[in-house]
Amino acid sequence: MSDANEPTGNAHQAWQRALDEGRFLIQRCGGCAQAVFQPRELCPHCGHGRLAFEAPAGTGTVYATTVVRRKPAEGGDYNVALIDLDEGCRLMSRVEGVPPAEVRIGQRVAARVQVSKDGKGLVLFDPLTAATATPAGAA
Amino acid sequence: MRPARTPDNRALRGACAIAGVATFGCGEAHGHDDMSLLAQAARLAVADAGLTMDDIDGIATCSAGASMWVMPAIEHLGINANYIDGTMLGGSSFIAHLLPAMRALASGQCNAVLVCYGSAQRTSTLSRGAIGQARRALDPQPYEQPYEPFMPASAYALAASRHMHQYGTTRRQLAEVAVAARAWAQLNPEAFMREPLSIDDVLNARMVSDPLSVRDCCLVTDGGGALVLVRSDRAKDLPHKPVHVLGAATACWNRQISSMPDLTVTAASQSGAQAYAMAGLAAKDMDVVALYDAFTINTLLFLEDLGFCAKGEAGPFVEGGAIAPGGRLAVNTNGGGLSCVHPGMYGIYTLIEGVRQLRGQGGERQVAGAKLALCHGNGGTLSSQATAILGTAETL
Repeated sequence: MSDANEPTGNAHQAWQRALDEGRFLIQRCGGCAQAVFQPRELCPHCGHGRLAFEAPAGTGTVYATTVVRRKPAEGGDYNVALIDLDEGCRLMSRVEGVPPAEVRIGQRVAARVQVSKDGKGLVLFDPLTAATATPAGAA
Repeated sequence: MRPARTPDNRALRGACAIAGVATFGCGEAHGHDDMSLLAQAARLAVADAGLTMDDIDGIATCSAGASMWVMPAIEHLGINANYIDGTMLGGSSFIAHLLPAMRALASGQCNAVLVCYGSAQRTSTLSRGAIGQARRALDPQPYEQPYEPFMPASAYALAASRHMHQYGTTRRQLAEVAVAARAWAQLNPEAFMREPLSIDDVLNARMVSDPLSVRDCCLVTDGGGALVLVRSDRAKDLPHKPVHVLGAATACWNRQISSMPDLTVTAASQSGAQAYAMAGLAAKDMDVVALYDAFTINTLLFLEDLGFCAKGEAGPFVEGGAIAPGGRLAVNTNGGGLSCVHPGMYGIYTLIEGVRQLRGQGGERQVAGAKLALCHGNGGTLSSQATAILGTAETL
């Protein structure tokens, strides 16, 4: 049990602290046992007040995808996608490691945490192939 | 998310009517700000209703920028209201304002409610960048913002990607929506964009967030809009043929697109079902349909969710100009948010167009013999949905 599991305090801040340390967490409801994302104080399914943080397997499937168009001088196009984690919850992220337009709905992906120079963690996904399959949550 | 219980609002069916409507400054309104556009539209709508501002004792309004907007609006207009609604649900708000206002009118809380909006979004000196920065600070979305989706377009692009994947919907079918809206706009002198538009023009336009090009996206215009709601008995004595509110409902399932349970099914399926239940009507009864077309995918989603075709079939449904003038269903006869007007929040214009059509004031775009109109608003990123069903006196 990490500090993130303490029932007091703000679920978002606890989640972000873990992420900044390189750990991607989701929540699981102590009442109905469903996986929950985004982090929150009450289970949106059953109203239970105790949600425990846990590391997901990190693997998931692309649910929807778009290429955000950006001028090449400003960094060029990039992917934004919605990913369904195998635990059964969804989050927005980016699939990297392939050209943004080649990301496909139904594609299997694996999470990794990227921590920026200013210490902010970000969950990103890579296509799940034999070469890249080391899910962040299982590390 | 928990399932909704359907309320029984049948007692309010037709209890109130829209007696006055007006638009002001649609397109570019140089020298105006949000409040002056609201005030001018309000002045015209109250006059259209055959009333004076002294008769207004209820108000409903909101703004995309100011969180306490109803208060400066009251101050600016000099209204002393017994009924005040500042509920902000994004672009669906002004349709969502109807049902609570009907309750207030029916109970005698007030006698005339002014629903009003104004935005100088297009000519505002405040840049989109500055507005975006302020919103990020005041309304943080820490689970989406770090990925820099180009909002709101990217949210609708994600929904479009999913609809295409699940149902085989094509970019060409999305383009049909924009082309139909433009064809209607060409019949509406008030519409901002009236140049010819072809399917190839939409397909070849600059991409914004795939699969949406800039021609799949609504306009950014200035504009004010207002309407006056009164009890139906009083509306009979006012200058225009009353347009009765037969059904109205609002639903909201999520704020963020990433929290939407199924990107191909919106809360319009709930607001629509509740509005039909209140009205005792169905999609097949509608003569005129006004849908909040912030993006071309919206029109497809709402045609499905509001029962005009089965889920997944809106792409084929709109092919061949089927929702354009002369088509099988009159959708967005003013040109919609895609070609007529879209000052940040568009919902009030669906009601105004519905009223104009049911009064027979549609000019070149008039749908002959229109008696029933469905007006539907969307807010946020497919977040809130509000549906109203309007009818002429003979539909009561």
